[in-house]
Amino acid sequence: MANVRLIARLDVKGPNLIKGVHLEGLRVIGDPQEYARRYYEQGADELIYIDIVASLYGRNNLTDIVRHAARDVFVPMTVGGGIRSSDDVRDLLRVGADKVAINTAVVKRPELITEVSRRFGSQCMVLSIEAKSRGDGRWEVYTDCGRERSGLDAVEWARRGIELGAGEILLTSIDREGTRKGFDAELTRAVASAVSVPVIASGGYGEPRHLAEVVSAGADAIAVADALHYNRTTVPQLREAAQAQNIPVRAV
Amino acid sequence: MSKARVTVVDYGTGNLFSVQRALDHCGADVKMSSKTDDIVAADRLVLPGVGAFADGMKGLRDRGLIEPLLQFAATERPMLGVCLGMQMLATTSEEFGQHQGLGLIPGRVRQVPTQAVNGEPNKIPHIGWSEISPASGGTWKETMLENTTAGTPVYLVHSFHLIPDDPAHLLADCGYGGHRVTAAVRSGAIVGAQFHPEKSGKEGLKMLTAFLRL
Repeated sequence: MANVRLIARLDVKGPNLIKGVHLEGLRVIGDPQEYARRYYEQGADELIYIDIVASLYGRNNLTDIVRHAARDVFVPMTVGGGIRSSDDVRDLLRVGADKVAINTAVVKRPELITEVSRRFGSQCMVLSIEAKSRGDGRWEVYTDCGRERSGLDAVEWARRGIELGAGEILLTSIDREGTRKGFDAELTRAVASAVSVPVIASGGYGEPRHLAEVVSAGADAIAVADALHYNRTTVPQLREAAQAQNIPVRAV
Repeated sequence: MSKARVTVVDYGTGNLFSVQRALDHCGADVKMSSKTDDIVAADRLVLPGVGAFADGMKGLRDRGLIEPLLQFAATERPMLGVCLGMQMLATTSEEFGQHQGLGLIPGRVRQVPTQAVNGEPNKIPHIGWSEISPASGGTWKETMLENTTAGTPVYLVHSFHLIPDDPAHLLADCGYGGHRVTAAVRSGAIVGAQFHPEKSGKEGLKMLTAFLRL
């Protein structure tokens, strides 16, 4: 089995690192640059930045944040929020992003997935899926930071997104996000078994056993946000916890 | 001591900023250029790149950079191809059809095996950190890996890899689904890295620092 990636996820609003519960009730945590540098120094395998209100206001303020981060961070950075065109992608790659995560814009216009993957490679096009359980063993895709229902089934949308050219899936459970109750393992299993590309599980980390649960459900990477931001854990502690549960991770 | 000078080939593709920043961080005097004279006269050269093989070669061709790159390679000064920049060192690639490469390291770019040795599917692209080892007992001395320990994890993101015709050109490989996948190739002063040293944390920066001392 390949090494599971431990990813620090930073949700930003304007110039601030923020955190909410179920993608709502946002609280300001601090300067994203400071946190990004800390996670890099701690040995995070990757960073994910999401501007969580960008699509609501139709703007993109991540360029400055990414440009700053790229000065000190020498691990891959995935960036999302408010991306609407392949030119937006180009602008983010130019300032140091390695991949982009797109949700709302590709739900509205799925061809954008193909445009981005043709122009920059599929490895660059991360399909961001924010999903909520319908209670019948299926999950619905939400857009605009968990506010708008799309009517799409998360598993079918994942499959279609890969056909269109996405090279990775960032799978956020809105139900679990910010709750510390563990990742949505069933959602992860349903999506990971439907697609042939890596799946990043996001939303719900609370304690070490949650890592093993979501990895056995098929996650290739794990994104952790507030547990790191609030210092309930650190990247080295996550790595040790993974190793203790026989989850392969890179040695730092 | 004066700063080591390095020229990064700008051919309209890829994320040059990360490579530039990482080299900068390692104390280099970095110049980004798509000019023939800069490339031919460079102290050392980095050919970066992400994306599709045919697009990358087209970017070089459209800017008239193929001949200058071959001229530089003939000087035997240090050259580093990264990711797509590494794959373009090969003779041919099978990514979306057959395409000619620079031919600096004889070999073919082929798809990473889509099935693991045990029959389970390999996730493609191969994304993540893998431990690199010296291939077939070869040495890392006098390459950018000379200060790197075997088993060091590096960051890779790719669906294709370069298989050199001459196994002696294989500098490092890594495991994926029980297969060996090419991580780095070498012929003389030319090194190609499938992984991203600029995104491989402190170990990656160490490799770039070593490259600047060659």
